Amino acid sequence: MSHFSKDHKGRPVVVVTGIGIVTSLGEGKEDNWQNLTTGLSGVRKISRFPTEGLRTQIAGTITWEQEGRYCAPMHSINLAKKSAAEAIEQSGIGSRGSFPGPLFVANSPAETNWDQRMVVYGGQAGADSTGYDRLLKNVRAGDFSRYYSLFQFASIADHLADAFGTRGQPISLTTACASGATSVQLGVEAIRRGDTDAALCIGTDGEICEEMVVRFNLLSALSTQNDDPQGASKPFSKTRDGFVMAEGSATLVLESYDGAKARGAKILGVVRGAGERADTFHRTRSTPDGSAIIDTINRSMADAGMSPAEIDCINAHGTSTPENDKMEYLALSAALGSDLDNTPISSNKSMIGHTLSAAGTIEAAISLLTIQAGVIPPTINCNEQDPNILMDVVPNEKRIQTVNSVMSNSFGFGGQNVCLIFSAEPA
Amino acid sequence: MSNEKTEVWITGIGLVSSLGEGPETHRAQLTSGKVPLPVVDTEDQAPYLVHPIVDIDVGTQIPKRSDQRQMGPWQHLGVYAAGLALDDAGISHNPELLAATNMIVAAGGGERDLEVDTVIMEKIDGVENPGPILNASLNSELRPTLFLAQLSNLMAGNISIVHGVTDSSRTFMGEEAAGISAIETATAQIEHGQGEIFLVGGAYIAERADMSMLMEFGHTLWQDDFASIWSRKDTDGGMIMGSAGAFLILESRKHAEARGVKPYARINAVVSDRSSRQAGAAGTVANNLFEKISDRIPEGPLPVLSSCCGVQPQLTEEYDFLNGLAEHGIEPAIRGVTTVLGNTLEAQFPLSVILASLAISGGTFFDPFDDSGVEKEFSGDPEQVLISTWAHWRGECLALVDKPDVTLRGGD
Repeated sequence: MSHFSKDHKGRPVVVVTGIGIVTSLGEGKEDNWQNLTTGLSGVRKISRFPTEGLRTQIAGTITWEQEGRYCAPMHSINLAKKSAAEAIEQSGIGSRGSFPGPLFVANSPAETNWDQRMVVYGGQAGADSTGYDRLLKNVRAGDFSRYYSLFQFASIADHLADAFGTRGQPISLTTACASGATSVQLGVEAIRRGDTDAALCIGTDGEICEEMVVRFNLLSALSTQNDDPQGASKPFSKTRDGFVMAEGSATLVLESYDGAKARGAKILGVVRGAGERADTFHRTRSTPDGSAIIDTINRSMADAGMSPAEIDCINAHGTSTPENDKMEYLALSAALGSDLDNTPISSNKSMIGHTLSAAGTIEAAISLLTIQAGVIPPTINCNEQDPNILMDVVPNEKRIQTVNSVMSNSFGFGGQNVCLIFSAEPA
Repeated sequence: MSNEKTEVWITGIGLVSSLGEGPETHRAQLTSGKVPLPVVDTEDQAPYLVHPIVDIDVGTQIPKRSDQRQMGPWQHLGVYAAGLALDDAGISHNPELLAATNMIVAAGGGERDLEVDTVIMEKIDGVENPGPILNASLNSELRPTLFLAQLSNLMAGNISIVHGVTDSSRTFMGEEAAGISAIETATAQIEHGQGEIFLVGGAYIAERADMSMLMEFGHTLWQDDFASIWSRKDTDGGMIMGSAGAFLILESRKHAEARGVKPYARINAVVSDRSSRQAGAAGTVANNLFEKISDRIPEGPLPVLSSCCGVQPQLTEEYDFLNGLAEHGIEPAIRGVTTVLGNTLEAQFPLSVILASLAISGGTFFDPFDDSGVEKEFSGDPEQVLISTWAHWRGECLALVDKPDVTLRGGD
């Protein structure tokens, strides 16, 4: 047994051996990395449905012709299948359709969408009724077994467990915009307990539909800069006006260091630590003094056994909302102190948009690619940085520098805060 | 990290169902000496039956009206039951303990506004290009609070805001398996020192046409007169849904002893898996799960709480599995929880663990829940209770709740 197999607390070291990504910038690690380091935006006018009358008409949607009529959970399943297949292939773990460990899936709550609701409504059996009476009469008279398998709250994870042959009951989870990071946390905890040598952690979100856009508009959370889709997501800028919704998925194959070494797998990085602290202040806002986020960041460093000086760069939550970016800066200043002056902070959401439930996993994947390449992707659309946010946000141009460790932040509605720390394989 | 697993104690209970509120109410009704009469509403979701939630005084657990307005009935129920559990365990209003309390909530989603849905469906039905009308209707009909009241993780979020629980906070989504995974994960985390104290549970409200529709997509709902779970055995089957809020405080023995708290019972084991549900598959999985814990179960009479949901063929398969325990020298005294409380989905497994802990701490198992003859009498002081929960769609679980070697609370 190598001296790298246990961490500073005597727990099994958790490593990453497979990464897969699908975003509005492309399918797969190569395309994504190329476009991220070039500084391209995947945001565009929404074409999936008519946007007439909507305040926000732009998003980082992913549209595949072969999918046919849009169905939200099916789209999330398909996105996840792409990223998981890429990650599992890279890791070389298990055999086709048989992954030797549990599945943790972060996704938005599955819902029956308007398209499907109107399909049910259009049946004949309930034509003499209105509202849900009509829907229920039609459901009783018809075969809706496909809807049954797709619209239950655990359905996305259920389909993915079938596709990849994971072990046991899959866990379908949500912590809002921190969900993707939570899926990684759960995998790390299972391996640290010794419950398993490997875990499949997926974040997926393909849920952009009329009602989702309206809901986030009602909370005044979205950018309405419809005339300039690619410039609309501008984290840390003075003129930022909200986030841009996006779709995507990422998968990490996690393994114990010993397990990965024993099968000769290439180690892509180490999950050094995770921190979490729920906030009590408000459903959509952080405690004004930032204490919950500060605690989250400090706990991640304590879990990793690392000091602020050892954090080489930060993959920001950086949503481009006035509130988040201000609070993230406040919390990072407090937690990292003067070390923040020498720590670049970049927001992938400036290019990808905000993939909501998938964002934590996608940004974890990009954090690992950053370490591998020694290149920090830029925060684009940073033409006029907010004068009250005094950080090095890697504006507009990628940065080439050695990166041994990355902190990745995720904060969500409902007071959900998670921070993950990754580092290079111990040499 | 030590390899020696700590004991996991149940030190707090928050329970509201169709039968009433609180551990004592449930214990009294289920040990009254006569077959308990389930509370059934035949009209609200007709032609389906539901076990409706009793009225709760929301203000006693969610004092601020500004907080109440941010939630619908589902979040009210969950936040309320969570508050009862925190009170019961002596954690409420103790900032230090609350900051160290972890949370795993098993959630579905909140209520849609069915009137809004109805208005919009009528507007866009048969329209050739419904998009612009749909957009305009959504813009004018939806409200910000409606979205937050629907979000699955906002039950946990509201528990943090209202009660101040602020360590880790995770929401597992989806049906019975979410409740199983929540307690299984919290138990494993405590056993391995990944947390000392957890608030775990869920809530479900059956009086919702949107949820009736979701279940009926699979043609899973019972449409006849009320029948106990075992009397549905020789039929095509079907579920009667129930409403409940069920939260527990799980705590390491060391942590509970250090703060002078007595347990209701101990979680000895939670084992789960997921079968394909092809004929016989769930029974095979259940038998494999039983093998993992069988060395902890002595021969002889054994109290069993089954959450058998009523969907066929699982109903018959679970019945056969439970009666097949006789091959191991076990005389199962089965109680069909769903007969008296219905299937409460995400709350179902937490609810079963609560009922098991009430039987253990009360020193009495429950009277048979029906007169089908399936449910045998059990006399004496139950040392352990086996819980069998097979989800209506995917997921099988067995759990063993037993008596730790200390004085229990609520036993007199």
